[in-house]
Amino acid sequence: MSHQAYPLRAKLWTPGVLVLSALMAIGAVIIVARFIGGIGYVSNLSTARPWGLWIGVDVASGVALAAGGFTTAFLAHILGRHTYEPVVRPALLTAMLGYTFVVLGLMVDIGRSWAIWKPMFNWNTNSVLFEVAMCVMFYVTVLYIEFIPAVVEQFKGKVNLPGLLGKLNAPSEFLMGLADRILGKIMWVFIIAGVVLSCMHQSSLGSLMLIAPTKLHPLWYTPMLPLLFLTSAIAVGYPMVVFEATIATTSMKLDSEMKVLAPLTRITILLLGLYMSLKIGDMVIRGTYVYLLDGTAQTNSFLIELGLGVILPWLLLLSKKVQTSRRGLFITCTLIVLGVLLNRINVFIVGYKPPLGDSSYFPAIGEILVTVGLIAALMFLYRFIITYLPVFSAPGKEVSS
Amino acid sequence: MELSRRNFFKILGVTGASVVAVKGKARAWESKAPPDPFGCLVDLTRCIGCRKCEQACNDVNALPKPDRSFDDLTILDTKRRPDEKTFTIVNRYYPGKIDERDQLIPTFVKIQCMHCQDPACVSACIAGALTKKENGTVHYNVSKCIGCRYCMVACPFEIPAYEYFNPITPKVMKCTFCFDRISKEGGQPGCATICPVEAITFGKRNTLLKLAKKRIKENPADYIDQIYGENEVGGTSWMYISGVPFEKIGFNKLPSEPMPKLSETVQHSLFSYLWSPIALYGILGGIMWAFRNNGDNTEIENNGGAR
Repeated sequence: MSHQAYPLRAKLWTPGVLVLSALMAIGAVIIVARFIGGIGYVSNLSTARPWGLWIGVDVASGVALAAGGFTTAFLAHILGRHTYEPVVRPALLTAMLGYTFVVLGLMVDIGRSWAIWKPMFNWNTNSVLFEVAMCVMFYVTVLYIEFIPAVVEQFKGKVNLPGLLGKLNAPSEFLMGLADRILGKIMWVFIIAGVVLSCMHQSSLGSLMLIAPTKLHPLWYTPMLPLLFLTSAIAVGYPMVVFEATIATTSMKLDSEMKVLAPLTRITILLLGLYMSLKIGDMVIRGTYVYLLDGTAQTNSFLIELGLGVILPWLLLLSKKVQTSRRGLFITCTLIVLGVLLNRINVFIVGYKPPLGDSSYFPAIGEILVTVGLIAALMFLYRFIITYLPVFSAPGKEVSS
Repeated sequence: MELSRRNFFKILGVTGASVVAVKGKARAWESKAPPDPFGCLVDLTRCIGCRKCEQACNDVNALPKPDRSFDDLTILDTKRRPDEKTFTIVNRYYPGKIDERDQLIPTFVKIQCMHCQDPACVSACIAGALTKKENGTVHYNVSKCIGCRYCMVACPFEIPAYEYFNPITPKVMKCTFCFDRISKEGGQPGCATICPVEAITFGKRNTLLKLAKKRIKENPADYIDQIYGENEVGGTSWMYISGVPFEKIGFNKLPSEPMPKLSETVQHSLFSYLWSPIALYGILGGIMWAFRNNGDNTEIENNGGAR
């Protein structure tokens, strides 16, 4: 089969990776400072602005941009389009790491990180956040289970731990053998569960703001927020796959996988078109277009989000020239990814203006460094895992595309 | 991936049955407000801005002593908000009324938690650390709190504050309505007992509403015809009457719908008995089964079907 994945075995410590390591180290220092001096010591969060960069980017955007995991799983495993198999595992890895860092970001942001387990035993089923948290918890588990086969493929029959750990060789082999025998038969349970859980919490992330109608700018506040969040997550799934596959294949000098990526972007015309029509339709029906030219920072941010992040890339996707060009597709997909990223930032940060207290907020340098550090750690782990585990299946550059 | 035909039929059957069973039970949103809560009526025409209520609140709740004394009235020159060390504050406004000597008449406004009848914070709280008690209090139980601060995002009055400089065990800080004191027979909140001009009246919310209406009716020249908190966000336990329009003295205009209504309606119509996830699971399962022979189904066996 053409899509047998293999570990890339490329050199790990490239200059880029060293830069990532430095960013991770700086982020780690700030995180230590947060747990010594408190959230206020490293952030600009306040009574009026309790959620900032960490929730807007690390959590909300992290979840949205990990949508490639469930959208490719749906395409390849539920609709059975196995031609897309080569992008499933990279997307799964992004989702797995993305959600892991969502949880890590939350651990920094919430005041009592050690109490994060408490909602499991104190249910508030009225709380949107409770539902989001439960879904994320189950979905992270599902993602890890879905990734087990990659580990088993690599290590089954080859476990040879050094020294005292050698005693664990036999048990590890046994567990992997067990996983190998059982998982194949029941994986469909987890694949469907992953899609269901994703639909639930991707939409509910939008419902989070429904409780604050006086605080969120009318350009974003709509009862349709959950639907817009769900459709935008579905729309950004494949562009995110194209975005990261292009970067990874370029960086690792692999074949560009255009055969798989190009059709993905054709599906995106439909999905992004759906999101775009809902978003514009909602604006027209609620009459919020009256704000569009008032020149405030919020409105301008909305215009950029809609114009450069949704409408422009959608029009670009219609062009045959873009569809067949690797660079064109990459630029278009990057615009879509940035558009959804900006949407989440707009909903949770830019558009959030409480009317009473001091609503000014710009992320502190500490907040930015933590976010950058977490993203650097995610990228480092991604590179580490594709180096040593079978994730990518694109052949090397000698096969011209 | 082996999918047993029988299992899928089972799932589809169960799904279908549960969707039918559950959809019939979807109900309209209902208020969870207590029927006869305590409340406080603040009469802004009486308040003289002495800050005694701030001092009493500080004592009763054993809050840290402020940098500037409670006798220092120059603090009224700046607008303040309650914070993690102060559950209530008084602000001074000059809404434009002038006395006989052409001096601007100040209006003083006490701010604290409004103890909403259907509180947004209670609905939002991920772990049920915030609850609305029968006596009207919006009560915070720190032992359930994880510090997500969604209550602060949700609160339309921007009241809950946070101990941002406590690294490990920070708490949400807000007016407690002196829960322990008012739970005792005849007990009153600290601020209400101290007020020298009886600007704060403690009592049953229904009684206070009657009192407020009586004052407005008997002195129509002194009051504007509105009780802030009667209908705002579905009603609040703390209510205000004033001689000047509320929007001129720092109150925001709020809908009369309770804040949690929309989000709870969306959540419960989608997720009660998990009907929609179960239905989606069934549908996706059906699709997966229908497409099971589309190309090859296993990754290890090499049939080359995908090409």
